[in-house]
Amino acid sequence: MRRIISVLMENEPGALSRVVGLFSQRGYNIESLTVAPTEDATLSRLTLVTIGDDHKIEQVTKNLNKLIDVVKLVDLTEGSHIERELLLVKVRASGAQRDEIKRSVDIFRGQIVDVTSNMYTVQVAGTGEKLDAFLQALGEHTIMEVVRSGVSGIARGEKVLSV
Amino acid sequence: MELLSGGDMLVRALQDEGVELIFGYPGGSALHIYDAIFRQKGIKHVLVRHEQGATHAADGYARSTGKAGVVLVTSGPGATNAITGIATAYMDSIPMVVISGQVPSDKIGEDAFQETDMVGCSRPIVKHSFLVKNAEEIPEIVKKAFYIASTGRPGPVVIDVPKDVTNPADRFPYRFPEKVRMRSYTPAGKGHSGQIRKAVALLLSAKRPVIYAGGGVVQGGGAELLTELAQRLNYPVTNTLMGLGAYPGSDKRFLGMLGMHGTFEANTAMHHADVILAVGARFDDRVTNTPNKFCPGAKIIHIDVDPASISKTIVADVPIVGTVQSVLGEMLEMLKSSDEQPDQSAIVDWWRQIDDWRERHGIYTAPRYRTDGALIMPQEVIRAVYDITEGDAFVTSDVGQHQMFAAQYYLFDKPRRWINSGGLGTMGFGLPAALGVKIAHPDKEVVCVTGEGSIQMCIQELSTATQYHLPVKILCLNNQALGMVKQWQEMQYEGRLSNSVYEESLPDFVKLAEAYGHLGVKIDRREELHDKLQEAFAIKDRTVFIDVYVDPSEHVYPMQVMPNGSMRDMWLSKTERT
Repeated sequence: MRRIISVLMENEPGALSRVVGLFSQRGYNIESLTVAPTEDATLSRLTLVTIGDDHKIEQVTKNLNKLIDVVKLVDLTEGSHIERELLLVKVRASGAQRDEIKRSVDIFRGQIVDVTSNMYTVQVAGTGEKLDAFLQALGEHTIMEVVRSGVSGIARGEKVLSV
Repeated sequence: MELLSGGDMLVRALQDEGVELIFGYPGGSALHIYDAIFRQKGIKHVLVRHEQGATHAADGYARSTGKAGVVLVTSGPGATNAITGIATAYMDSIPMVVISGQVPSDKIGEDAFQETDMVGCSRPIVKHSFLVKNAEEIPEIVKKAFYIASTGRPGPVVIDVPKDVTNPADRFPYRFPEKVRMRSYTPAGKGHSGQIRKAVALLLSAKRPVIYAGGGVVQGGGAELLTELAQRLNYPVTNTLMGLGAYPGSDKRFLGMLGMHGTFEANTAMHHADVILAVGARFDDRVTNTPNKFCPGAKIIHIDVDPASISKTIVADVPIVGTVQSVLGEMLEMLKSSDEQPDQSAIVDWWRQIDDWRERHGIYTAPRYRTDGALIMPQEVIRAVYDITEGDAFVTSDVGQHQMFAAQYYLFDKPRRWINSGGLGTMGFGLPAALGVKIAHPDKEVVCVTGEGSIQMCIQELSTATQYHLPVKILCLNNQALGMVKQWQEMQYEGRLSNSVYEESLPDFVKLAEAYGHLGVKIDRREELHDKLQEAFAIKDRTVFIDVYVDPSEHVYPMQVMPNGSMRDMWLSKTERT
């Protein structure tokens, strides 16, 4: 099962490598990983997507919690949550294609953020599924380059992950 | 405020932390620190002959005292040589602080002379690590390192110190923090009382209980409480390899070690148990054999300070996270104030069953090895040493058959007496560990049980024993082969002894010991065994290397059947199986 684990950790050098190292060392997989400092510069927020059964996920969270740099963590998939991923994609766009692509971008509520006479750069935010669907709508022949940020997430409602 | 250089700060902070002893080896990046050590008196430094020896010696010191062992090495090869010892301490949860020199900050990443990314190399085998950025951080980092290493589930901590940070020309105000608080690190304390109550009820309802205690009981200072609990309930106890001494080995309730080379009665009792109380043990694969065949009828109570150890391989029915001391203490309180008693007739029947197993195949009810041959049997050597030392020695061990014979036949009545590399299985551990133990306990008998294979992995430390006058006994069960490897090759590879025999290449250990200024004793005739051992152990002021030629064909039994065996599936001899 796909899980989104959100981790609050010390913004220290080496902290990220400990998290990543833990996954390779214990044979857990990472589907995606994002990390950046929070409003409190001493803390970083890391969101990672992993796949495993309940037993594996329990071990993942226990071992993450054991890392000295990890302050707190939550499995967002245990409750109602919002997940977002940012996609930047360069697509071939010339002639009649330009309008068609523009329509697809509108349908997926994306934005064209850069233009040349032969291509668009499109930005779309949403769940991973939505981004997959958008890429499929574009068709692989038009796609020149894809960049995805990896999943970020936050719990719904008043629940917050903080120290 | 006093102004100190980074090097002086480091040494002062170690003093303020209460460190008495450092095991180490100097080199370029560590020279400022070594100079600071030279100019002080509080801390004794022991110069080893190889950095691996430093880590094992600090490890032996830590295991025998309960205090964190301290290691100081230089960058590059100094640091990488320490890796095996750090991994050894990590696998057995031993408190250790390893300080490694590093190339100057501005050279890091430039492939400088003797540069290695020590924080990176050691990352998977440390509890935590620090790279010192500036000298002012040193006191707090030292305080944190010891706090992390010694609390919760203990483990090694690395402090990597770039050379510029210790420069004697740069001085900074020194203040040692009294306490340290870390928002991201809160080791487990008391267990959950509701869970403990459930555990007590389950224990009292047991008809076929077994207490399975591991190294956490030794490390966590829980041996007395565990003993009181077991004796109060009159329940049988088995210890893991790491847990030997957590319950008195000579007590009648002790079933011996469990696991791959555990006793018939311990493994069989585990298999048939209805309630297992696991304390400070981690259901290691060398204990459980095939996990899905492990103890089919048992409800499991698991007490551990590390939540990640619980339900890792075997799911616990009643998990309790907490220190063994607090949890066992609370269990005992509840038992004392409870009117309920165990089902006495069931427990009597259970003991009758266990005694029958002991009678049939137990290694303590009759010798299960040859007693009428011409060759010396390894088991009888350990028994003889047990008798001579009156069961009161500190015994360190290397890794292999000799380790298992020592674990089976030397009965430890006290915790911290049996010192071996259980988790990592590090050959070469025994001798340096023995030196660390001897420094901490100069008036005690310290015996390193080894083999002619293991001893050669750290034999250079014989020279350290000379320099610091550390009169330990080295008991080499010499079977002229890598005994355990050979045993597996004989059992599973149709006797193809691939690279497990030395042919005629072994050194004369007696002469070798003498070359280092020690005494060497060779024992190769069975009728001389007891007298010569007596003589050797009567010598108290010299290191004695006792090279005992044992039956090279002997195997360690019992041995669990693998793969796909359960706890109770064992080879009892070369021809007999359960």
